[in-house]
Amino acid sequence: MAEHQEPANDADDADSLVRPYVITQGRQHSDSVQLDLISVVIAARADVDEMTLEPEQLRILELCLRPLSVAEVAAHLDMPVAVVKVLLGDLIGRGYVLARAPYTQQSPVHRDVLQAVLDGIQRL
Amino acid sequence: MASNDSDRSDDPIPSAIKILVAGGFGAGKTTLVGAVSEIVPLSTEEVMTEASVGVDDLAGVERKQTTTVALDFGRITITDELVLYLFGTPGQQRFWFMWEELAQGALGAVVLADTRRLDNCFPSVDFFERHGVPFVVAVNCFEDAHYYTEQEVTEALTLDERVPVLLCDARSRASAKEVLETLVRHVAATAATPV
Ligand SMILES: Nc1nc2c(ncn2[C@@H]2O[C@H](COP(=O)(O)OP(=O)(O)OP(=O)(O)O)[C@@H](O)[C@H]2O)c(=O)[nH]1
Ligand SMILES: [Mg+2]
Repeated sequence: MAEHQEPANDADDADSLVRPYVITQGRQHSDSVQLDLISVVIAARADVDEMTLEPEQLRILELCLRPLSVAEVAAHLDMPVAVVKVLLGDLIGRGYVLARAPYTQQSPVHRDVLQAVLDGIQRL
Repeated sequence: MASNDSDRSDDPIPSAIKILVAGGFGAGKTTLVGAVSEIVPLSTEEVMTEASVGVDDLAGVERKQTTTVALDFGRITITDELVLYLFGTPGQQRFWFMWEELAQGALGAVVLADTRRLDNCFPSVDFFERHGVPFVVAVNCFEDAHYYTEQEVTEALTLDERVPVLLCDARSRASAKEVLETLVRHVAATAATPV
């Protein structure tokens, strides 16, 4: 990140507010999944072949009925983040979990995002 | 938020952003995160493998060291589309390799200064300055400690005059909110996009 940044094109900014899922369907190998500490994951579907999953993975699927960050999943399972990333990567590879990359830091951050954050903090 | 967003209708997954809370050992980082978080602050473990080359290592072989770093964090839901995470960064200098990763993509940072030992937050200030991460300095006022004015803190830490300094009580939600609001406004000002 540079100290002084040129204002970016507004249209570019608006487009990049939304990032595609890291993985949408179980087509990719799990090692192609780039999970961040604050990637948000959610269970994708109900028809899970439980026999093929680790107990920890079943717990992840239970936890992820609502969207959670990788960090939250790791904290709830009381497991190291690196291990949780591997388990999640496998679930994503099978199409059981969807992941969303963190909001991309724009330079400058889109003012709508800053305003939303400010409003959210003030609502607390 | 973006309105011309065609993906949104079939997109229930929010994306996340983060703010870092840094400062010296025991400065009140976890307390501040807990004061504003909608969840009880959680803690995760990162097991890191550090490469370290011993100066007096005759073989010159890189030695690997495994370290466990605990990270505290809290969450604030902003909208259906956006979740804010607050991370308390590990204080010790030897975890700086981890700061690099944490600072990546961060909206900004709060440096908590502890009035009992002001200079303990200097490494944090230095780190964010060098990495161009916008930050504010929140002075956590402990009882029986020396009282500083904002200006004294600015001078003691040789801060750029534009870096906001405010006194706070990390235990108070109102005070912690003010710290975060000041940070977001500062980020907006730094980016020349007033909110
Ligand atoms: N009097 C007073 N005590 C505080 C304040 N903020 C935190 N404390 C206390 O100071 C102690 C340390 O606070 P923490 O929030 O754990 O500090 P920390 O920066 O997370 O500490 P480490 O993670 O161990 O570096 C706790 O006992 C808090 O209750 C404050 O504003 N005033
Ligand atoms: Mg702490």
